[in-house]
Amino acid sequence: MASDRSGQWRHAAEALVIPIAALAAAMVVFGLFMAALGQNPLEVYALIYKGAFASAFSWQNTLSRAAPLILTALCVALPAQAGLMVIGGEGAVVLGGLTAAVVGHLLSGAAPVGVKVSMALGGMIVGGLWIALAGALRQYRGVNETISSLLLTYVAVALFNHFVEGPLRDPSSLNKPSTANIGDVNMIGSLPGLDIHWGLGFGVVFCVAMHVLVRSTTYGFALRIVGGNPRAARLAGLPVGALVLTVCLLGGAAAGLAGAVEVAAVHGSANASLIAGYGYAGILVAFIARQNPLAIVPVAVLVGGLSASGGMLQRRLDLPDATVLVLQGIAFMLILGSEALYGRLKPFRARVA
Amino acid sequence: MTVVELGWWGVPIGVVGGAIRVSTPFLFVSLGECITERSGRINLGLEGILIMGAMSGYAVSYASGNPWLGVLAAGGAGLLLGLLHGLACNLPRVNDIAVGIGLMLFGTGLAFFLGKPYVQPKAPTLPAIPLGAWSGSPQIQAALQVNPLFLIGLALAIVLAWAFRSTRWGLVVRMVGDSSDAARAMGYAVPRVRTISTAVGGCLAGVGGSFLSLYYPGSWSEGLSSGQGLMAVALVIFARWNPIQCFYAALLFGGAGALGPALQSVGVTSGYYLFNAAPYVVTLGIMIATCSPRRTLAGAPGELSINR
Amino acid sequence: MKERVGRLDRRELLLGLAGAGAVGALAAAGRAFGADKLIVGVIYVGPRDDYGYNQAQAQAAAALKKMPGLTVVEQEKVPETTDVQKTMGSMIEQDGATLLFPTSFGYFDPHILRMAEKYPKVRFAHCGGLWTEGKHPKNVGSYFGYIDECQYLNGVVAGHTTKTKKLGFIAAKPIPQVLRNINAFSMGARTVDPKITTQLIVTGDWSLPVKEAEAANSLIDQGVDVVTCHVDSPKVVGETAERRGIFVCGYHADQSALAPRGYLTGAEWSWTAPYTTHVKDAMAGKPMNNFMRGGLKDGFVKTGAYGRAVADHARKSADAVKAQMVKGDYVIFKGPLKDNAGTTVIPAGSAHKQTDVVLEQMNYLVEGVIGKV
Repeated sequence: MASDRSGQWRHAAEALVIPIAALAAAMVVFGLFMAALGQNPLEVYALIYKGAFASAFSWQNTLSRAAPLILTALCVALPAQAGLMVIGGEGAVVLGGLTAAVVGHLLSGAAPVGVKVSMALGGMIVGGLWIALAGALRQYRGVNETISSLLLTYVAVALFNHFVEGPLRDPSSLNKPSTANIGDVNMIGSLPGLDIHWGLGFGVVFCVAMHVLVRSTTYGFALRIVGGNPRAARLAGLPVGALVLTVCLLGGAAAGLAGAVEVAAVHGSANASLIAGYGYAGILVAFIARQNPLAIVPVAVLVGGLSASGGMLQRRLDLPDATVLVLQGIAFMLILGSEALYGRLKPFRARVA
Repeated sequence: MTVVELGWWGVPIGVVGGAIRVSTPFLFVSLGECITERSGRINLGLEGILIMGAMSGYAVSYASGNPWLGVLAAGGAGLLLGLLHGLACNLPRVNDIAVGIGLMLFGTGLAFFLGKPYVQPKAPTLPAIPLGAWSGSPQIQAALQVNPLFLIGLALAIVLAWAFRSTRWGLVVRMVGDSSDAARAMGYAVPRVRTISTAVGGCLAGVGGSFLSLYYPGSWSEGLSSGQGLMAVALVIFARWNPIQCFYAALLFGGAGALGPALQSVGVTSGYYLFNAAPYVVTLGIMIATCSPRRTLAGAPGELSINR
Repeated sequence: MKERVGRLDRRELLLGLAGAGAVGALAAAGRAFGADKLIVGVIYVGPRDDYGYNQAQAQAAAALKKMPGLTVVEQEKVPETTDVQKTMGSMIEQDGATLLFPTSFGYFDPHILRMAEKYPKVRFAHCGGLWTEGKHPKNVGSYFGYIDECQYLNGVVAGHTTKTKKLGFIAAKPIPQVLRNINAFSMGARTVDPKITTQLIVTGDWSLPVKEAEAANSLIDQGVDVVTCHVDSPKVVGETAERRGIFVCGYHADQSALAPRGYLTGAEWSWTAPYTTHVKDAMAGKPMNNFMRGGLKDGFVKTGAYGRAVADHARKSADAVKAQMVKGDYVIFKGPLKDNAGTTVIPAGSAHKQTDVVLEQMNYLVEGVIGKV
């Protein structure tokens, strides 16, 4: 029906215009903040653009930063489909990375393709199980998953540090305790012609696959019912427990893969550099993308760009590195506040026939 | 003053001293969150408010030379951020957990940004009250060096417990938290009560943060908080939203945090990372033990979004 | 519909104005750069004003800024991940830097090595790394200072000042550079009295203020009356020591202002020498100095001025040892040396001069240190 289709278009336009307007408003508020501190806001915007999107180099910088964020954002967005708010991606990243490093080292004699696949799988399984733990605690003990996943993150980081500096430490890695190196042949290379590793490719593929899963399969449909109305889902006889656990597994697997890729493409071993806040940045991306797997990719590029531009702001304007944090915080708050505008703005309201 | 070799006695004394020292920010933040959650909101942005309070307290103390003015300023900063949270959550369809995470990011970023010039200078710190003067041992004296904020927090816990039980204001907050329909029927503006509760909660969290920068460890730097704001949220649940139990829980968490260094100082040196994780494991264990999916958490405010 | 079109128009106009302004600002921002002969980039892992490691590096960078024909760009709080590769790349591509000082240990492998291969014309001067001939590219150099000499002197002064004969050391991670400092401190104190012990507490990470304060308090509860540390920012340890009324030896940078009563002396970096050498070499087009090490003799490290509490005989004793170190005559690590489990780590008759690379792989704690690696 015509009105149905126009309703769909209106919906899509709303979902695009409101977040973009919120982000634009965040830039304005940030500009005012900068002006209040005596900086020229236009100069700040110019430097942000220059640092993030102006040259081939800055694009590579931005995309490299975006790559892990795409995967860790899925760790928030996927459970959100089922109504869970999981923010423990950081824990899954570090444990996934540790597993990958251990697997890579243990198998280092074997064919590199096999090693790489095993590392990725290992990272995904361990990461998935960690988040599934939070999901299980919610499902079977009623423990709020936001708090439990966050506490599990702290526990995961402590476990990681304990193992990396203790039992799993490579004795020759003296001044920077790391696990044993997986060997150069087992490292993941860069995308052809670019200076960005394959993690970006994995992330995009994972997002597209998850989008298809959530929007077009029965499983995804069941997930969204659980997320929309858990009581109705239970009444309809949906296996809520299984759905919650599997979606947490998937989300955790994404984050674990991010950790595994960091190890396999950048460091070659697991060490403290893995604890880099990718999980937390992923939360930001997921919320700005309103938990939509497809939207995660452009949002991750945007957030990656903002982080990339932080360096320029520091070096040219002598601004502290927390400047980008402030901008991200403002953006986050405004995006959340803009949730209230859905269905209220005149141009997007359905016309009464 | 003779220094007596304490040996293994150093561990419990260290833990008690550490419990008193480290628990005060937990105490204030959890009392504030207690008020907020009793009114039906959950504020995860306490971590950001804590750090913002620490920074503003330090800055004002340095600028004015009076640490108590710093505490006041920290409370003010917390009030403003709590107000922001409350107002944001009043908008329709806005999820308070998400706003909390956003506030955590914003508050932390803002505090680091504005706090840059204050890492170097040394601001006047809060005085301590020597409760251990009866002991000849300097270690016990040091362990019982109590900060006035700790005593204020204790008094506050008692007052809040009484207020929730016996005053009209306490009843209003509880009603808004248990059933917003009933409160509305009685004519109370539910959003206004919640906003005020969140703002007051933020104020207390800010004061808790000022303790970190103005007493222990007593300086401003960017690594000051290690998740205390978030642990306080779990603490409130553990304490079943009861202010007096919040006090005991805060002591427990403070002691758990002090266990690691105390053990190391008597020679138990392996596995210090695992000891560092002790408070989080304790929190998680407590939550697992006390929650149940079948019935809502006993004593939980009915409107609290984490129960739905 | 008309309203919407109107709004779009206004929005387009505003966007256009903003875009024009941005382009103008962009041009202006671009013009300010590239005028000088040499552009130097400095990268810190933490904040520049941390009263510790990064501050010491920043002081050298500040000295560079005074040199003519030189522009210094700095970036702080860059973590030891691909972030630093991107930062180095930005400095090279966007700022035109040709000499970089990435100052944190963890930047070396793989980050600096990778960037060095990619940009063979740019010089990378790294602090603390172990540059090896044949293994690492020629446009990378490492510089480091033998600050354990100053920790040894800290120990001597502490040994004279302590009344309980118990010293404390708060360390971040038990890596060789840190172990060397702990051992030197303990050995310096034991030259005064062989019964002195050093209690070690490891906090687990480079910057954990609450843990550092707790560690200091635990040590003091155990009777320690002089404490020192190896963490990124010794500020908290110094302030806690002062508040509890014990003595403290500083590290990295000058902390005497934090503990006016309890400060004894300190072990400080003086990076101006290696920084200046690298800059001068770069400006003159001379090949890069790949391996720079120095102690008190070469001015890479220095000791802090003695505090009020240091007695005259302690000053004389420490100054005597320092004089020998400045001449290059003093050997700290010589046999017979046992670790704290009783195993001999340096046999009798054997000695390791400060420049001996085997010392940079230290993995033991000497006799007299209470703790485990």
